[in-house]
Amino acid sequence: MPHAEMVHWWFATGFLMLGLLLLAEVVVGPEVWNRRAWRRYLWPGLVFGLGLLMWPVMTFYTNSTIHMLAHGSWAQALMLAGAAELGLASGKLHSQYWRLCSAVGLAVSGGAFLVHEQQHWLFSRAAFLHHALGSMLIVAAVFPLLQAFRPRSFIGATGFATTFLVVAVLLYCDRDTAAIFGHLSQYAGPPHR
Amino acid sequence: MSAELVTELQAKERGATRAATWRIRIVRGLGPLTVLIGLAWALIQPYRLTLIDPHGQGFWWLVSEPPLYVVLVGVLFRLLIAPGLVKDLEE
Repeated sequence: MPHAEMVHWWFATGFLMLGLLLLAEVVVGPEVWNRRAWRRYLWPGLVFGLGLLMWPVMTFYTNSTIHMLAHGSWAQALMLAGAAELGLASGKLHSQYWRLCSAVGLAVSGGAFLVHEQQHWLFSRAAFLHHALGSMLIVAAVFPLLQAFRPRSFIGATGFATTFLVVAVLLYCDRDTAAIFGHLSQYAGPPHR
Repeated sequence: MSAELVTELQAKERGATRAATWRIRIVRGLGPLTVLIGLAWALIQPYRLTLIDPHGQGFWWLVSEPPLYVVLVGVLFRLLIAPGLVKDLEE
Protein backbone atom coordinates (compact mmCIF):
# COMPACT_ATOMS: atom_id res chain seq x y z
CA MET A 1 0.00 0.00 0.00
CA PRO A 2 1.30 3.48 -0.78
CA HIS A 3 1.95 5.76 2.18
CA ALA A 4 -0.63 8.43 3.05
CA GLU A 5 1.83 11.17 2.03
CA MET A 6 2.02 9.69 -1.48
CA VAL A 7 -1.76 9.81 -1.81
CA HIS A 8 -1.60 13.47 -0.77
CA TRP A 9 0.95 14.15 -3.54
CA TRP A 10 -1.24 12.43 -6.15
CA PHE A 11 -4.22 14.51 -5.13
CA ALA A 12 -1.96 17.59 -5.14
CA THR A 13 -1.19 16.85 -8.79
CA GLY A 14 -4.91 16.71 -9.61
CA PHE A 15 -5.54 19.96 -7.74
CA LEU A 16 -2.58 21.64 -9.47
CA MET A 17 -4.05 20.79 -12.87
CA LEU A 18 -7.48 21.93 -11.65
CA GLY A 19 -6.02 25.25 -10.47
CA LEU A 20 -4.21 25.80 -13.78
CA LEU A 21 -7.38 25.08 -15.78
CA LEU A 22 -9.44 27.46 -13.66
CA LEU A 23 -6.74 30.12 -13.86
CA ALA A 24 -6.59 29.77 -17.64
CA GLU A 25 -10.37 30.18 -17.77
CA VAL A 26 -10.05 33.41 -15.76
CA VAL A 27 -7.33 34.68 -18.11
CA VAL A 28 -9.12 33.97 -21.40
CA GLY A 29 -12.65 34.61 -20.15
CA PRO A 30 -15.66 32.28 -20.23
CA GLU A 31 -16.57 33.12 -23.86
CA VAL A 32 -13.25 31.86 -25.23
CA TRP A 33 -13.05 28.98 -22.72
CA ASN A 34 -16.50 27.66 -23.66
CA ARG A 35 -15.87 27.92 -27.40
CA ARG A 36 -14.82 24.26 -27.55
CA ALA A 37 -17.31 21.80 -26.08
CA TRP A 38 -14.71 19.41 -24.59
CA ARG A 39 -13.09 22.26 -22.68
CA ARG A 40 -16.33 23.08 -20.86
CA TYR A 41 -16.34 19.63 -19.27
CA LEU A 42 -12.66 19.56 -18.41
CA TRP A 43 -12.45 20.96 -14.90
CA PRO A 44 -15.91 19.89 -13.72
CA GLY A 45 -15.00 16.36 -14.90
CA LEU A 46 -11.72 16.57 -13.00
CA VAL A 47 -13.54 17.62 -9.79
CA PHE A 48 -15.97 14.71 -10.23
CA GLY A 49 -13.05 12.33 -10.86
CA LEU A 50 -11.21 13.54 -7.75
CA GLY A 51 -14.42 12.88 -5.80
CA LEU A 52 -14.58 9.34 -7.21
CA LEU A 53 -10.94 8.75 -6.25
CA MET A 54 -11.74 9.72 -2.66
CA TRP A 55 -13.72 6.48 -2.30
CA PRO A 56 -10.65 4.19 -2.50
CA VAL A 57 -8.97 6.57 -0.05
CA MET A 58 -11.91 6.08 2.29
CA THR A 59 -11.77 2.32 1.83
CA PHE A 60 -8.03 1.76 2.20
CA TYR A 61 -7.02 4.55 4.60
CA THR A 62 -9.61 4.10 7.31
CA ASN A 63 -7.62 4.53 10.52
CA SER A 64 -10.74 5.34 12.50
CA THR A 65 -14.47 5.96 12.16
CA ILE A 66 -13.85 9.70 11.96
CA HIS A 67 -11.43 9.13 9.05
CA MET A 68 -14.04 7.07 7.23
CA LEU A 69 -16.77 9.67 7.78
CA ALA A 70 -14.48 12.53 6.76
CA HIS A 71 -13.23 10.86 3.57
CA GLY A 72 -16.73 9.60 2.68
CA SER A 73 -18.44 12.97 3.10
CA TRP A 74 -15.56 14.56 1.23
CA ALA A 75 -16.00 12.19 -1.71
CA GLN A 76 -19.71 12.93 -1.84
CA ALA A 77 -19.23 16.71 -1.63
CA LEU A 78 -16.61 16.71 -4.41
CA MET A 79 -18.81 14.53 -6.64
CA LEU A 80 -21.82 16.78 -5.97
CA ALA A 81 -19.79 19.90 -6.88
CA GLY A 82 -18.39 18.21 -10.00
CA ALA A 83 -21.81 16.91 -11.07
CA ALA A 84 -23.45 20.34 -10.63
CA GLU A 85 -20.69 21.99 -12.68
CA LEU A 86 -21.01 19.26 -15.34
CA GLY A 87 -24.76 19.92 -15.46
CA LEU A 88 -24.12 23.64 -15.90
CA ALA A 89 -21.51 22.95 -18.60
CA SER A 90 -23.85 20.70 -20.57
CA GLY A 91 -26.70 23.21 -20.30
CA LYS A 92 -28.96 20.74 -18.47
CA LEU A 93 -28.82 22.93 -15.39
CA HIS A 94 -29.50 26.62 -15.82
CA SER A 95 -29.66 28.33 -12.45
CA GLN A 96 -26.47 30.09 -11.37
CA TYR A 97 -27.25 28.99 -7.82
CA TRP A 98 -26.02 25.47 -8.67
CA ARG A 99 -22.58 27.01 -8.07
CA LEU A 100 -23.50 26.85 -4.40
CA CYS A 101 -22.63 23.13 -4.67
CA SER A 102 -18.97 24.16 -5.16
CA ALA A 103 -19.19 26.33 -2.05
CA VAL A 104 -20.64 23.34 -0.16
CA GLY A 105 -17.88 21.15 -1.63
CA LEU A 106 -15.14 23.46 -0.35
CA ALA A 107 -16.77 23.91 3.06
CA VAL A 108 -17.27 20.15 3.52
CA SER A 109 -13.70 19.48 2.33
CA GLY A 110 -12.42 22.01 4.86
CA GLY A 111 -14.56 20.47 7.59
CA ALA A 112 -13.33 16.98 6.68
CA PHE A 113 -9.70 18.11 6.94
CA LEU A 114 -10.30 19.64 10.37
CA VAL A 115 -12.46 16.83 11.73
CA HIS A 116 -10.09 13.98 10.90
CA GLU A 117 -7.00 15.75 12.24
CA GLN A 118 -7.09 15.00 15.93
CA GLN A 119 -3.69 16.46 16.87
CA HIS A 120 -2.87 20.10 17.57
CA TRP A 121 -1.33 22.47 14.98
CA LEU A 122 2.35 21.95 15.90
CA PHE A 123 2.16 18.19 16.54
CA SER A 124 3.80 17.52 13.15
CA ARG A 125 3.87 18.92 9.64
CA ALA A 126 0.93 16.72 8.57
CA ALA A 127 -1.15 18.00 11.49
CA PHE A 128 -0.25 21.60 10.69
CA LEU A 129 -1.12 21.16 7.02
CA HIS A 130 -4.46 19.52 7.81
CA HIS A 131 -5.39 22.44 10.09
CA ALA A 132 -4.15 25.01 7.55
CA LEU A 133 -5.93 23.31 4.63
CA GLY A 134 -9.17 22.88 6.55
CA SER A 135 -9.30 26.47 7.76
CA MET A 136 -8.33 27.83 4.35
CA LEU A 137 -10.94 25.79 2.47
CA ILE A 138 -13.72 26.90 4.79
CA VAL A 139 -12.74 30.55 4.23
CA ALA A 140 -12.26 29.93 0.47
CA ALA A 141 -15.86 28.69 0.19
CA VAL A 142 -16.72 32.37 -0.01
CA PHE A 143 -15.36 32.48 -3.61
CA PRO A 144 -17.87 30.08 -5.24
CA LEU A 145 -20.50 31.62 -2.96
CA LEU A 146 -19.66 34.97 -4.53
CA GLN A 147 -19.78 33.40 -8.00
CA ALA A 148 -23.26 31.98 -7.30
CA PHE A 149 -24.60 35.48 -6.76
CA ARG A 150 -22.25 37.31 -9.17
CA PRO A 151 -21.32 34.77 -11.90
CA ARG A 152 -18.93 37.17 -13.67
CA SER A 153 -17.07 38.16 -10.51
CA PHE A 154 -13.33 38.36 -11.29
CA ILE A 155 -12.43 38.14 -7.60
CA GLY A 156 -14.65 35.07 -7.18
CA ALA A 157 -13.16 33.26 -10.19
CA THR A 158 -9.55 34.18 -9.37
CA GLY A 159 -9.98 33.27 -5.72
CA PHE A 160 -11.54 29.92 -6.68
CA ALA A 161 -8.64 29.10 -9.02
CA THR A 162 -5.97 30.25 -6.57
CA THR A 163 -7.53 28.15 -3.80
CA PHE A 164 -6.69 24.94 -5.69
CA LEU A 165 -3.14 26.07 -6.42
CA VAL A 166 -2.59 26.74 -2.70
CA VAL A 167 -4.20 23.38 -1.85
CA ALA A 168 -1.76 21.70 -4.25
CA VAL A 169 1.27 23.43 -2.68
CA LEU A 170 0.18 22.49 0.85
CA LEU A 171 -0.53 18.87 -0.14
CA TYR A 172 2.90 18.58 -1.82
CA CYS A 173 4.48 19.79 1.47
CA ASP A 174 2.90 16.89 3.36
CA ARG A 175 5.09 14.21 4.91
CA ASP A 176 3.81 11.45 7.17
CA THR A 177 6.25 12.39 9.93
CA ALA A 178 8.18 15.63 9.70
CA ALA A 179 8.80 18.72 11.80
CA ILE A 180 6.92 21.99 11.32
CA PHE A 181 8.77 25.21 12.25
CA GLY A 182 11.15 23.08 14.30
CA HIS A 183 8.33 21.37 16.22
CA LEU A 184 7.69 17.64 16.18
CA SER A 185 5.91 15.80 18.95
CA GLN A 186 7.82 12.93 20.54
CA TYR A 187 4.69 10.82 19.90
CA ALA A 188 4.80 11.40 16.12
CA GLY A 189 7.58 8.88 15.44
CA PRO A 190 10.98 9.15 13.71
CA PRO A 191 10.99 12.10 11.28
CA HIS A 192 11.51 11.98 7.51
CA ARG A 193 13.62 14.48 5.72
CA MET B 1 -17.84 58.56 -40.40
CA SER B 2 -16.18 61.40 -38.50
CA ALA B 3 -12.43 61.34 -37.92
CA GLU B 4 -13.02 61.52 -34.17
CA LEU B 5 -15.16 58.35 -34.22
CA VAL B 6 -12.60 56.49 -36.34
CA THR B 7 -9.81 57.44 -33.92
CA GLU B 8 -11.93 56.28 -30.99
CA LEU B 9 -12.70 52.93 -32.69
CA GLN B 10 -9.03 52.42 -33.57
CA ALA B 11 -8.02 53.13 -29.96
CA LYS B 12 -10.58 50.59 -28.70
CA GLU B 13 -9.33 48.01 -31.22
CA ARG B 14 -5.73 48.61 -30.16
CA GLY B 15 -6.74 48.18 -26.49
CA ALA B 16 -8.53 44.89 -27.26
CA THR B 17 -5.54 43.61 -29.26
CA ARG B 18 -3.15 44.52 -26.42
CA ALA B 19 -5.37 42.68 -23.90
CA ALA B 20 -5.53 39.60 -26.16
CA THR B 21 -1.74 39.67 -26.60
CA TRP B 22 -1.24 39.69 -22.83
CA ARG B 23 -3.73 36.88 -22.40
CA ILE B 24 -1.92 34.81 -25.01
CA ARG B 25 1.39 35.42 -23.25
CA ILE B 26 -0.04 34.38 -19.89
CA VAL B 27 -1.68 31.23 -21.30
CA ARG B 28 1.55 30.30 -23.12
CA GLY B 29 3.56 31.00 -19.97
CA LEU B 30 1.50 29.03 -17.44
CA GLY B 31 2.81 25.61 -18.53
CA PRO B 32 6.52 26.54 -18.76
CA LEU B 33 6.27 28.42 -15.44
CA THR B 34 4.87 25.29 -13.79
CA VAL B 35 7.68 23.22 -15.34
CA LEU B 36 10.25 25.70 -14.02
CA ILE B 37 8.76 25.53 -10.53
CA GLY B 38 8.94 21.72 -10.63
CA LEU B 39 12.58 21.81 -11.79
CA ALA B 40 13.50 24.39 -9.14
CA TRP B 41 11.89 22.19 -6.49
CA ALA B 42 13.87 19.18 -7.75
CA LEU B 43 17.09 21.20 -7.46
CA ILE B 44 16.29 22.54 -3.99
CA GLN B 45 15.12 19.19 -2.59
CA PRO B 46 16.79 16.48 -4.72
CA TYR B 47 16.01 13.90 -2.02
CA ARG B 48 12.34 14.14 -3.04
CA LEU B 49 13.35 12.35 -6.26
CA THR B 50 13.95 8.73 -5.33
CA LEU B 51 14.92 8.00 -8.96
CA ILE B 52 18.25 9.76 -8.35
CA ASP B 53 19.19 7.06 -5.85
CA PRO B 54 16.81 4.16 -6.57
CA HIS B 55 18.67 1.42 -4.66
CA GLY B 56 16.59 -0.05 -1.87
CA GLN B 57 13.48 1.90 -2.80
CA GLY B 58 10.14 0.13 -3.07
CA PHE B 59 7.71 0.40 -5.98
CA TRP B 60 5.56 3.17 -4.48
CA TRP B 61 8.60 5.28 -3.59
CA LEU B 62 9.88 4.96 -7.14
CA VAL B 63 6.48 5.98 -8.52
CA SER B 64 6.18 8.95 -6.15
CA GLU B 65 8.26 11.79 -7.57
CA PRO B 66 6.40 14.99 -6.59
CA PRO B 67 8.68 17.49 -8.42
CA LEU B 68 8.29 15.43 -11.59
CA TYR B 69 4.50 15.45 -11.13
CA VAL B 70 4.64 19.27 -11.18
CA VAL B 71 6.76 19.18 -14.34
CA LEU B 72 4.32 16.70 -15.91
CA VAL B 73 1.32 18.94 -15.17
CA GLY B 74 3.12 21.90 -16.76
CA VAL B 75 4.00 19.87 -19.85
CA LEU B 76 0.46 18.51 -20.21
CA PHE B 77 -1.01 22.01 -19.86
CA ARG B 78 1.43 23.42 -22.43
CA LEU B 79 0.84 20.63 -24.95
CA LEU B 80 -2.87 19.88 -24.55
CA ILE B 81 -4.61 22.99 -23.21
CA ALA B 82 -2.60 26.08 -24.17
CA PRO B 83 -2.48 25.62 -28.00
CA GLY B 84 -6.28 25.50 -28.35
CA LEU B 85 -6.74 28.49 -26.05
CA VAL B 86 -4.15 30.55 -27.93
CA LYS B 87 -5.77 29.67 -31.26
CA ASP B 88 -9.20 30.68 -29.97
CA LEU B 89 -7.80 33.94 -28.56
CA GLU B 90 -6.11 34.76 -31.87
CA GLU B 91 -9.40 34.24 -33.72
